[in-house]
Amino acid sequence: MHIPDGFFNAATSVGAGAVSAGTLAVGVKKAAVELQDRQAPLAGLVASFVFAAQMLNFPVAAGTSGHLLGGALAAILVGPWAGCICVAVVVLVQVLFADGGLSALGLNILLIAVVPAFAGYGVFRVARLVLPRTAGAVTVAAGVGAGLSVPVSAAVFSVLFAVGGTVDLSLRSVIGAMVGTHLLIGIGEGIITAATVRAVLAVRPDLVHGAADLQRPLELRRVDA
Amino acid sequence: MKANTKLFVLAGVLVALALAVFVSPLASDDPDGLEKVAEEGFDDAADDHALEDSPVAGYDSPVAGVVGVVATFGIGVGVFALIRSRRSTKT
Repeated sequence: MHIPDGFFNAATSVGAGAVSAGTLAVGVKKAAVELQDRQAPLAGLVASFVFAAQMLNFPVAAGTSGHLLGGALAAILVGPWAGCICVAVVVLVQVLFADGGLSALGLNILLIAVVPAFAGYGVFRVARLVLPRTAGAVTVAAGVGAGLSVPVSAAVFSVLFAVGGTVDLSLRSVIGAMVGTHLLIGIGEGIITAATVRAVLAVRPDLVHGAADLQRPLELRRVDA
Repeated sequence: MKANTKLFVLAGVLVALALAVFVSPLASDDPDGLEKVAEEGFDDAADDHALEDSPVAGYDSPVAGVVGVVATFGIGVGVFALIRSRRSTKT
């Protein structure tokens, strides 16, 4: 999904950069509230795990592969704002690996960090509303949210490309291929995300932001002595 | 931070390192979704990457994976430590 230099005109690249920068700026304020005390190492772990997972391209169809975006996973683990920032760190470091163009940094943060984090977390929240309040349901909701975050991001790419792409193609021709391919990649995203959330829930359920409501609240009991 | 959480973070980073070093050589080399779609009409528009000669370009060595995992962890911890310190100075 990483956009190289040259796909988008300057105005669209700068515009996407402004949206990404604005979101991250708000995110810095919100993350201070979202993150519980001393969770910086946890956020670092989420960033490094997403970096590693993004190296693992899995085959999806004839001659096509896909890899985790990780925005939804990060959002479910540490909250959508902190999750956005984690994946933005990943996308920034990836530029050094010649993955994702320098001028497309804002676009890539938008499509890999911001859109998947919020789309994925939104679907996750809705799914949790209709599912029972169990750890198993959190896992399912995580998979569904992450899975849908990928085609949503592909659709946003397609609309942006129709507006500011350097090659004149109709929205219809690009969006069909992009969303179709990324529906398949989304299945992988959903499976990896569900498996990861399930593993964390098994070991440290208190560290899953999206499952905070499953924690038993502290009870105040009267001690009659 | 509870000692248990430190252990969890350490174990998690080791898992990330293992994925980057031992599993990534098994990753598919096929074009990803965007590259595949671009082949149908707009991949000529891509310019060469300014950092294509970077020592870790293209994740070609296990060392690159280690560098990336360590860098993202370090920057991530640093960024969130800064965010936290902002909060504690304000309140």
